[in-house]
This record gives sequence, structure tokens and C-alpha cells, in this order.
Amino acid sequence: MLGDSSVAAITLTLKLATVTTAILLVIGTPVAWWLARTKSWWKGAVSAVVALPIVLPPTVIGFYLLVILGPNGPIGQFTQSMGLGVLPFTFAGLVVASVFYSLPFVVQPIQNAFEAMGERPLETAATLRASPLDTFFSVVLPMAKPGYLTAIVLGFAHTVGEFGVVLMIGGNIPDRTRVVSVQVYDHVEAMEYTQAHWLSAGMLAFSFVILLMLYVLNPTGRKK
Amino acid sequence: MNAPAGFAIRARFKLDYPEFLLDVDLNLPGRGVTALFGASGSGKTTCLRAIAGLEHAPGGYLEVNGEVWQDDSRNLFIPTYRRPLGYVIQEAGLFSHLTVRRNLEYGMKRVPEPERRVSLAQSIKLLGIDHLLERMPQTLSTGESQRVGIARALATSPRILLMDEPLAALDVKRKSEILPYLERLHDELDIPLIYVSHAPDEVARLADNMVLLEHGRVLASGSPIDLMTRLDMPLAHGDAAEALILGTVSAQDIENHLTWVLFAGGLLALPYQEVEINQQVRVRIQARDVSLTLAQQQDTSILNILPAAVTGLSDDSPGQIMVGLDVGGTRILARITRKSSVNLGLALGKAVYAQIKGVAILK
Repeated sequence: MLGDSSVAAITLTLKLATVTTAILLVIGTPVAWWLARTKSWWKGAVSAVVALPIVLPPTVIGFYLLVILGPNGPIGQFTQSMGLGVLPFTFAGLVVASVFYSLPFVVQPIQNAFEAMGERPLETAATLRASPLDTFFSVVLPMAKPGYLTAIVLGFAHTVGEFGVVLMIGGNIPDRTRVVSVQVYDHVEAMEYTQAHWLSAGMLAFSFVILLMLYVLNPTGRKK
Repeated sequence: MNAPAGFAIRARFKLDYPEFLLDVDLNLPGRGVTALFGASGSGKTTCLRAIAGLEHAPGGYLEVNGEVWQDDSRNLFIPTYRRPLGYVIQEAGLFSHLTVRRNLEYGMKRVPEPERRVSLAQSIKLLGIDHLLERMPQTLSTGESQRVGIARALATSPRILLMDEPLAALDVKRKSEILPYLERLHDELDIPLIYVSHAPDEVARLADNMVLLEHGRVLASGSPIDLMTRLDMPLAHGDAAEALILGTVSAQDIENHLTWVLFAGGLLALPYQEVEINQQVRVRIQARDVSLTLAQQQDTSILNILPAAVTGLSDDSPGQIMVGLDVGGTRILARITRKSSVNLGLALGKAVYAQIKGVAILK
């Protein structure tokens, strides 16, 4: 069955995915809103940056994050001057990396939902005395609910499933940065196939259930 | 038509897009129904959006019943959500995530209590949507949605109602279902209504005042009774041209199934209608239903024959002439062939008899 180290890895993974998804919803919402509404030239550039993690090898992202967040990198220098130390090989570092790595999976569904909505509901709400902020919470969020559901599921699942970035930026420190995917890798390296099986099967089942939820709860073409 | 006591809506907008120009300076009465009428691309919707504040025409000015909503010379532009207006669009625009009841409450809840003059119950009753309250918008027919949309706008106790072709998405049957509700709004609430339309029949039925727009400019404004029969106006041409007459029901002839309407030019016999004696009615006479004779025909099946004088002649479609007629001070139109016009020797001031084949009461 699962040993203590595996349980620790699972707990850490779920914590990482939860924190990352929460942060992504907060960051991703304004980014998605801006991308959905803007006519600025910058839209293309920002969209491309947001989508980068989809195409880049995780090791490349991990490498650059390591450089930027490291003691000599710009953000590393900043965090040090703030007395926070450096982020790589800490849980906070993992969160920062995961946020960047999973950004497109949260931004894009939300952006699609905002775009599909169009201007009409916003204008209608304005003619019914709702201020822009009021409109956002009373009309935009409820109408974009399917998009948010997709974003939460994908953001969470994608964070759980990452390996390369985590290994590069988090290393492999038990209880602090050793997540499930890394743990599986360790087990396999150590020829502990039984443990590897348990964890892998768990991941497989988890991923399947999550995707099933996504497709069952949120079938496309539900609205209208 | 009574002259408005004072102009209460002043709007001056100028928008200059590469493909589109809007340049209007409107003085509209602060009561009754004003129709913004024009073909698509005439700027009527843009004009309405500018009044709502959904479109910002730089340098514009807008005053509604004494309140300035936009004055760019003073850097004043009140955002839409602070303007006490009701706005109804073609597709109703109901919030799909809320029930009909929650849709109705959405705007009302956001109006401070002292400013609520129209109750929810009142708007529900006025639009006859009592039985729809717990339904979701997706399950409503277009006509029902539209009624909910209108009730929702009403429930905010607007000081002005703006409607952008509220009936255009409806077929003739649904249209005739909603028109009576709009007429009730007109009759029962003292809220000025600005109504964008390209359908002459809606304007004829509803409007007290109309503004004709063409290519973003005001072509003419005034009472529809006047504008619809002015031969220099596009409305007074084509197959749909018609005249509006204000009259009073003078008698009901049950035996012959006729309703008699008295107007300034005489008496008209109409197919029997359920109306009260002495009730004011709007009567429509289509130009294509009017023929002209020089002498009064005796042996004819046509009931309505009125003496008239020719006030204008204007080319219509090829081979057709639109004739403006004065019937005891009331203007009507006759659409006849050019050949008949020549045969009759029609000229300004010539006395003729107008034979009217079809007359309909609008309300």
C-alpha cells in the first residue's frame, strides 16, 4: 500500500494544486477579461505569452524560472532584498512555477466564456442600473460559470500532472517539494514497482474522474 | 395633434465614423410616443444608444426632462447605469441564468426605494406575464420574452423608455399580441417613450410624434399624421403609403355590421368594431385603396365617397402617381395610374371625389 512518503507526496500535491488554482483564478480573471475585451495591439503578444507553457518543454520553463528566481536572477534579487530568501527548492517556488505553467489552462476557458457572452448582457445590465463591478458579479460571473468550471478542473489537474517544471524548480525534497509525479519517478528509479503502481494507478483514476466530471457536468452546447 | 407644451428632451449628437455619419439635433416632447423612423443605416439605433449612454458621441449634449445627462463642453457624461431609463431591444436580452421573476427584480432592486414609482406587480399585470414568473428565459417564446423585457425595464420606474425595434423579431401574429400592451403603456403610464422602428404600421399605431432619419440626419420631424401624407417625404410613397385620420365613433350600425366614424372631412363607414360611441380612434386609409372620380358616382358599391381637392401630385413608381388630397382639412393620399391622372386632367386645386375602398381602425 502507500507508505508515509507517498501520503506526504499526495498531500503536498493536492495542496499545491489547490493553492495554484486559487491564485490562478484571481490572476486569470482580469487577464482573461482584458484579452476578451481589448482591441489593443498587445493582445496578440499577451495571448502568446500566456500560451507559451502549452508548447514549451517543461524543462525549458523550469530552467528559465530557476535562473530568474535564483539568487542572481532579477526576481531572486528582489525576494532576497525583501528578506524572503530565494524561491527555488521551496513550496512557494513550486507555486510560482505552477501558476505560470498552468496559466493558459485557466485563462483560455474563462476568456472563451467572456468572449461568447458578448457586449449585450453588459449593456443590458447597465440599462438596469448595475454598475460595472455589480455587473461583473451579478451577470458576468454566473454566465461564465461553465468556463470557470472548466478552468478550475483543468488548472487543478494540470498542476497535479506536472513533472518537469516541478523537478527543475522544486527539486526533490520530501514533504516540501516532492509531489506525486516526482515520487513515482523516484519509485521507478529505485525499482519499487509496487509503490509506483499504487501511485500511478491513483493518478490515472484521479485524472479520469476529473475529466469525466468536466465532460459530464459541463457538456458543450448546454446553453441554449 | 396637440402641440407639445414644452420640449423636454434635447439631444445633439455628432458621430463621424469612416462608414457612417450621425449628425442630429433633436427636440422631442417629454411625453407620449416618439418614433425614430428610418431605413437601416439611417442612424436611428445609434441615436437611441447615444441617448442611453451606450454610445458616447464626443461633443454631444443631452438633456432629459430638465436633467443634463451629457454635456461634453462641461466634461459631463453620466454613465448608463446612473441614468433612470428603461431600454428594450429586439431580442429582449433576458439574463439566461435568472428566472423571469429574478430578471424582473434585477433592475428594480437597484433602484433606491423612494424612486420606485412603478411596482413589480403593476408591470407584471400591465404586460400580462403573471403565469411566466417561475420560468427560465430559454423556455419562453419570443413574444413572451419581449413582454418580460418590457416589464423588466418598466419595473425600474424609468423616466424615459427607449425601445429599439421591440417588435422586429416577431412575426405578424406575435406582433399583434404585443402591440396592445405597448398601447396600454402609452395610455396608462406617463412615461415618454422613444421608439425606433422601420415599420410604418407600428408608427401609425403608436406614435404621437415622429422623427424621420436618413443617412444619419434628420429629414423631418412632426406628427405622423402630417409626415405620412407629405408628398416630399419618402413615407408618402410606395405601396405602403397611407394616411392617418383622427376621428370619433359616432354610431354603431349593428344591422349592417358597420361602425361610423366622424372626422373633420365627413363620415366614414367601417366594418363593425367593438368600440364605444364617442371614443377617439385612429383610422388608416391606404393610398392604394383610394380612387378618384370627377363626378360623384351614384351607382357604386363603395360606401365612402368624399369630396376632396387635389393638393399635390408627385411621381411614384413608374406609371403611378401619388395624389395628395384635402378632405375638409384632413389630408389623405390616393395612388393612381399616370394615365388616369391625365384622363381626369388632375391639377392642383381640382375638385374630385375620393372613393375609399378600405378603412381600418388602428386603436
